[in-house]
Amino acid sequence: MSTSSVEIKVCLGTSGNAAGGEEVLRLFRHYVFDRAVEARIGTRCEFRKVGCRGFCSKDVLVDVIINGSKTTYQSVKPIMVERIVDDHIVGGGPIPEWMAGDEYTSFHSKQYKIILGPCGEIDPENIDDYIRMNGYRAARKAVTKMTPDGVIDVVTQSGLRGRGGSGFSTGEKWRICRGQKNDTRYIIGNVGEVNRALAEGNPHAIIEGLLIGGYAIGAQKGYLYIRERYHLSVERLRTALDQARDKGFIGKDIFGSGFDFNIEFSFGTESFICGEETALMESIEGKRAMPRYRPPFPAEKGLWGMPTVINNAETFSNIPLIIGMGADWFSSIGTAESKGTKVFTLSGKVKNNGLVEIPMGMPLREIVYSIGGGIAGNRKLKAVQVGGPSGGIIPESMIDMGLDYESLRKVGSIVGSGGMVVFDDEDCIVSVTKFFVEFLQRESCGECTPCRIGTKRMLELLIKITDGTGEIEDLDTLNRLSGIMTASSLCGLGRTASNPFITSFNHFRDEYLAHIRDKKCPAGVCPALVVFMVVPEKCKGCGLCRKACPAGAVTGEIKKAHDINQELCIKCGACYKVCKLKAIKKQ
Amino acid sequence: MEKPINSISLVIDGKQISVPSGTTILDAAKQVGITIPALCYHPKVSRSGACRVCIVEVGGTLVTACTTPVSGGMEVITNSPYVENMRRDLIDLILSDHPYDCMVCQKTGECELQELAYKYSIRNPVFRGERRQYAQKDGNPFIDRDMEKCILCGRCVKICDEVQGVGAIDFAYKGFWAKVCPPFEQDLNCEFCGQCVMVCPTGALIGKNWVARGRYWNMREVESTCPYCGVGCTLSLHVKENEIVRVTAKEGRGVNDGLLCVKGRFGYQFVSSPDRLKTPLIRRRKGGDLEPATWDEALGVVASRLKRVKEQYGPDAIAGLSSARCTTEDNYLFQKFMRAAVGTNNVDHCARL
Repeated sequence: MSTSSVEIKVCLGTSGNAAGGEEVLRLFRHYVFDRAVEARIGTRCEFRKVGCRGFCSKDVLVDVIINGSKTTYQSVKPIMVERIVDDHIVGGGPIPEWMAGDEYTSFHSKQYKIILGPCGEIDPENIDDYIRMNGYRAARKAVTKMTPDGVIDVVTQSGLRGRGGSGFSTGEKWRICRGQKNDTRYIIGNVGEVNRALAEGNPHAIIEGLLIGGYAIGAQKGYLYIRERYHLSVERLRTALDQARDKGFIGKDIFGSGFDFNIEFSFGTESFICGEETALMESIEGKRAMPRYRPPFPAEKGLWGMPTVINNAETFSNIPLIIGMGADWFSSIGTAESKGTKVFTLSGKVKNNGLVEIPMGMPLREIVYSIGGGIAGNRKLKAVQVGGPSGGIIPESMIDMGLDYESLRKVGSIVGSGGMVVFDDEDCIVSVTKFFVEFLQRESCGECTPCRIGTKRMLELLIKITDGTGEIEDLDTLNRLSGIMTASSLCGLGRTASNPFITSFNHFRDEYLAHIRDKKCPAGVCPALVVFMVVPEKCKGCGLCRKACPAGAVTGEIKKAHDINQELCIKCGACYKVCKLKAIKKQ
Repeated sequence: MEKPINSISLVIDGKQISVPSGTTILDAAKQVGITIPALCYHPKVSRSGACRVCIVEVGGTLVTACTTPVSGGMEVITNSPYVENMRRDLIDLILSDHPYDCMVCQKTGECELQELAYKYSIRNPVFRGERRQYAQKDGNPFIDRDMEKCILCGRCVKICDEVQGVGAIDFAYKGFWAKVCPPFEQDLNCEFCGQCVMVCPTGALIGKNWVARGRYWNMREVESTCPYCGVGCTLSLHVKENEIVRVTAKEGRGVNDGLLCVKGRFGYQFVSSPDRLKTPLIRRRKGGDLEPATWDEALGVVASRLKRVKEQYGPDAIAGLSSARCTTEDNYLFQKFMRAAVGTNNVDHCARL
């Protein structure tokens, strides 16, 4: 255990890297060495690259910990490093103007980080850091002191449900798989988009969870399924796997128990459908990712025809905690039906974007206003889309609902991939819906009729409405399509693909009608339905809009009210954005 | 009556039935005379549940009859208004992305999609929109691939992979533009067995030399045996005006059980070829032309020459090579003739090579 009293932690997740984290860390090392800082302050300095702590909009985040007192700097640029070393580490005086402010505090204070917690604290490329915080102790306990059924019992009692979207009881899934007669079984950890921070910040937790799961179901082999493009995640998981192998945690006769378990990578490409577990298995088998019909369920007949458990990396990250701290501890977090925490990717029009972990059941309002810091530009909240592209759109009026499996299902949404996009009054709900449907249409595997053609027809109708040529009957057709897709699609993608439309239509019917009947886009987003006009009384003729217009549509003399030629206007909104006098209106 | 072991009792449209466990709803329904429409299901390939047309109602929810195994006490409804409307809408969706050219389509009358459109009286689809259109045509010599008519049922992909073991085609692209094609959209370059053509429910895959050669109802089907090799596949010759215009194979008939190879399926033109010999030809003098002759004369020449060679050099100076285009009976007689009449074992057949 280190006794060093100076510690410098630099965030080197994907976002930290992109913001220049590597260079920041290099410069810290450089200046500390160059100026003989260690000799001058009489103590060793320890540098640590840490994973993402969720607050990506203020990267690079740097913690300077001197004698246990931590100062967090935000938006650190390489040029700032020298002064931090001189003034703070050597001089002992933190630099207030660069320190993380109230946003950082409020972003974190309402979160409950049981699995993301270590991500900003430990070095993901050093297994000893993980072991120091009791890493692999749960695996040792499970493998050497518990029976597989005992492990499954604990996981079942904890109430943990799949974090990949379906919300099926993890323990129950494991039990079904264990109950199969086959000797060969597989366990797969799906490291999806949302799980990247976990893979980059605390990869050993995923590996330990997979190991415990493998022991519980009696699998000899585990797979980590991940997009090859997530280079950093792959690299850190690979390093972690090698280290775990070296320590004997993965391989033959683990912890001297006689249990053999190996983990292998399987790489995917850009494919949303691989979030569907049977499509993912097809992908591992080297085939095109197209979902299989069920029954049989993967726990009965999965990868290579053998009983298989698939959980995502977030689910697996919870497992060591549940085994280590007990089912009761875990089930004390959350609601009656949804236990533990859930990671969401908070984005859109909130002030603080980032990755957040909250106890299940936390009201949506708290996430938007406390963690997210409210709506950017102090505009009005309109809706929140929860659950990724196939989630539902929740209107402002329902913002007090808790976020858990049951409540989300009730409002026509899903926990899904944990996506969360916040919209304000400048967002057009029809356009937003169109955006999601377009994504789903593009990502449909094309196997079954309702999803392949249904999403296409739905998209065409939404385009028609936003183009201003929609008819009232189109809404009936859209509803009919939703019914077909929901009831008759082969897999979850098709069955949930109409969620954005169903929920947005239920809550924002007027906005659809405005597009169709009044040929107006209330949010002023749909180019075909919006007109930009100069309000002559307000225009002082500054000429800003004239210069901003890329189409040469704005004319006028300096100090006289300008005018917009509607035939030339391409509705880009550049004039609207630059006008400081609000002299341009859109309707 | 004693129930078979592991039998499962269920009710389909009010009819009580017991079937072995593992039977699908579709197969169980067949046993009580209920035909559930299906476009992607084919008995020769594994199931996929892709077209969704075989949906039935079980306990208020829709399941695909072709993939769902029966379970005890199951109550299946195959024709409720809910099911029928949904099925209609699914076919409607398929048709919204299908060329409306049945009047010129070679598949007319035999098309499974057309049959369902007819059954559900879909004249104008409720759903309309963009239709997949492809300019590129496949230049291979045997199979017309019109992917605008493809409904992505996957039967061709599966029979090529699972039955023929070739894997010449697979799904490419995603979403609405998903498409069955050979690698990199090149022209098909496979064995051309035509199994894919056989299972295609629509006019997406058609034998190139069948096109515009006649409608199936104007053809007479004659069962025959393929003359090409020793397997002796059972053929169904489609004859129009005394000419073979197509060859198929019927499931359940012969050793091939519906399957054929490129020669059996597409190599029938020789039968009515104008180059075909109609009379025996004899070269009457050295260096002269081959001249038509009567069978009597020709057989006389052959017999006398064979006799002369045999007398002069012995029977082993003679060898016989027979053609796979002869019937099995002819080939049998040929070897019998060589062994018994000529007296040599020097006999072989091109299909053995």
